[in-house]
Amino acid sequence: MHRIHILIAMDSHTLAQGARAVRDTLIKELEMASLQNEVKVIETGSVGIYNKGVVLVVFPDGVYYTGVKVEDVAEIISEHLIKGRVVERLRYTDVPSEPAPKAVGEAPRFGKQVRVVLKNAGRIDPDSIEEYIANDGYEALGKALTQMKPEDVIAEMKKSGLQGRGGAFFPTGLKWSFAAAEKAQPKYIVCNADEGEPGTFKDRLILEGDPHAVIEGMALAGYAVGASMGYVYIRGEYKMSISRIRRAIEQARQHGLLGNNIFGSGFSFDIEVREGAGAYICGEETALIESIEGKRGEPRDKPPFPPSVGLWGKPTIVNNVETLANVPQIILKGADWFRTLGTEKSPGTKVFTMVGNINNPGLIEVPMGITLREIIYDIGHGIPGGKGFKLAQMGGTTGGILTAEHLDLPMTVENLREIGAGLGSGALLVVDDSQDVVELVKNFVEFFNHESCGKCTLCREGNGRLLQLLERISSGHGSIEDIDLMESLATTMMRGAFCGLGQAAPIPILGCLKYFRQDFVAACSAGAKAAA
Amino acid sequence: MQNLDRVDEIVKSYQDVKTPLIYILKDVQKEFGYLSEEVLTRVALATKIPLSEIYGVATFYSLFTIKPKGRHIVRCCNNAPCFVNGSKEVLDKIKEYLGIEMNETTPDGMFTLEFTSCLGLCAVAPVMMVDDEVYGNLTPEKAVAILKDYKMKGLSNA
Ligand SMILES: Cc1cc2nc3c(=O)[nH]c(=O)nc-3n(C[C@H](O)[C@H](O)[C@H](O)COP(=O)(O)O)c2cc1C
Ligand code: FES
Repeated sequence: MHRIHILIAMDSHTLAQGARAVRDTLIKELEMASLQNEVKVIETGSVGIYNKGVVLVVFPDGVYYTGVKVEDVAEIISEHLIKGRVVERLRYTDVPSEPAPKAVGEAPRFGKQVRVVLKNAGRIDPDSIEEYIANDGYEALGKALTQMKPEDVIAEMKKSGLQGRGGAFFPTGLKWSFAAAEKAQPKYIVCNADEGEPGTFKDRLILEGDPHAVIEGMALAGYAVGASMGYVYIRGEYKMSISRIRRAIEQARQHGLLGNNIFGSGFSFDIEVREGAGAYICGEETALIESIEGKRGEPRDKPPFPPSVGLWGKPTIVNNVETLANVPQIILKGADWFRTLGTEKSPGTKVFTMVGNINNPGLIEVPMGITLREIIYDIGHGIPGGKGFKLAQMGGTTGGILTAEHLDLPMTVENLREIGAGLGSGALLVVDDSQDVVELVKNFVEFFNHESCGKCTLCREGNGRLLQLLERISSGHGSIEDIDLMESLATTMMRGAFCGLGQAAPIPILGCLKYFRQDFVAACSAGAKAAA
Repeated sequence: MQNLDRVDEIVKSYQDVKTPLIYILKDVQKEFGYLSEEVLTRVALATKIPLSEIYGVATFYSLFTIKPKGRHIVRCCNNAPCFVNGSKEVLDKIKEYLGIEMNETTPDGMFTLEFTSCLGLCAVAPVMMVDDEVYGNLTPEKAVAILKDYKMKGLSNA
């Protein structure tokens, strides 16, 4: 019987800060102190604290330690575990000026959060199916397979109002109903875990923290539409997500939760992992399908849409990781429960990643309808170095630009759409007032220029041309005509590009031109002055 | 002389997988270091996929390379979240330390320098990846110290 549990966050972020060495030392020193039978070390996903080094949580006290180094392990063992005295210097404080919260749930940054998708992340061992099951895992699948018909599952999903979390916010239940109506067999469920959008790492942390939730969501989708095979398409660079999801699939098979005749219901479903090879465009659903088919990941013409003609020409549902992780909860607790969260038109929670010039970067899950000000200042603790807020970009590098006038706008799909932005992938890039907007836009365009798949001329040539114009402007040799040309080229691309990449690339450029045109003009005249 | 029979073995190991070309190329690259014309021709022969199509795939994805590279591949992120946290200064320092530009290899064959797209580690930006290992919270000094370590290890192994 273990008296104490120590959770060590082993996610991609803490690994980059030395978590592996701390874990090894912890295990070794617990053995040396003969505590291995009393203290259990559990590796878990992200607990939601970033950039603060290696994170440990000691239960049952619920004390969070951050910045733990190999040298600190002995002290934690001798002081906290043996003598029961918390090592104050390592205890996590949410706001530097305030006393440390006893447990992290009491910390202000967690106060506004509601964890649905992330309910298990950082709390359970993602490599243990037993822990997932102990937290209601696979109960929704059991319920659906034994008490619901496929059309009931789709009806519940429609009623919940869940909109896809991959960026386009298409209603999930509706998408499923299209595939369900198709006669062709086999059908496929694809989990889109490509996540190439800069600033986005929510899907990675969901997969690292709670892979079974994604598997269960895929199986439910499979049951609803009549598919028996699923693919997880995942970035090749996401080593930890890949190994965790692989192991989880294996465990689910061993427990009869994947494979033939699940729960004796006659429903069969299995999942295979497909690794990407480095291409941002492969997040676009039809490019992703091409990539699974072993080809260059170039987008297809739509229609037909994947729910009718998708992978290997068969009906295919492509859903984002976060979308799928919502599904088991909706089926288990019901659409009405889901609708108590968020707003009327944007139900549920949203997982955001806060990055850029922000004191407390990281991953949060909040109800839809929260304001930018709450996210940046209450949860993110504002901007470092006493600098001011210049702009925020919502939804990754293809996302729209928000400025101080939007700080109190409730973040919902419809509100952002109205101002020509979007929630997109949920990445929130905060930019302080010391940054140069022209350089920032140049950075955006460099990205698109690099990632354009080259299939259509407008995107391939257009991004290159935009980059030339920006280089000229930023070097002080530009003119007002260059700014106008940039604007008209961007507008043309938005209207005419073949796929979502080329259509979205101009969004942040036009946004920056709209709100910060004077900065571009100033860059041009800086050169003119120098020449005079 | 490279043993091209390995290509056939790799292709064979994927016979149960539908459309496995990307996996095959990954394994082949691991085996041979890069995807030379000779190797790709053999893949075409073994898979019966036209060479032109295979070449198209090999040049499309950034994890594939059709040119030989250094022993360590340094992939730097310069996407917006890293950029606003100072990745440009880090990158400039790395270029200066290695004495090469982007997409070049040091004369001793130790390092190849490349960009990577966002690695999803933006909460510890700026970030770089050396081979399979990731490093966050970089400063110009820290980045150089990390590369020095690789160099030392390389020299002592040599
Ligand atoms: C250029 C581009 C990149 C995209 N990248 C991703 C991605 O990385 N992950 C993702 O889930 N969706 C991405 N999408 C959106 C997908 O095409 C698709 O809408 C989504 O996977 C559908 O899932 P959902 O309905 O659950 O949101 C991207 C779209 C475009 C145009
Ligand atoms: S922007 Fe560099 S890791 Fe995300």
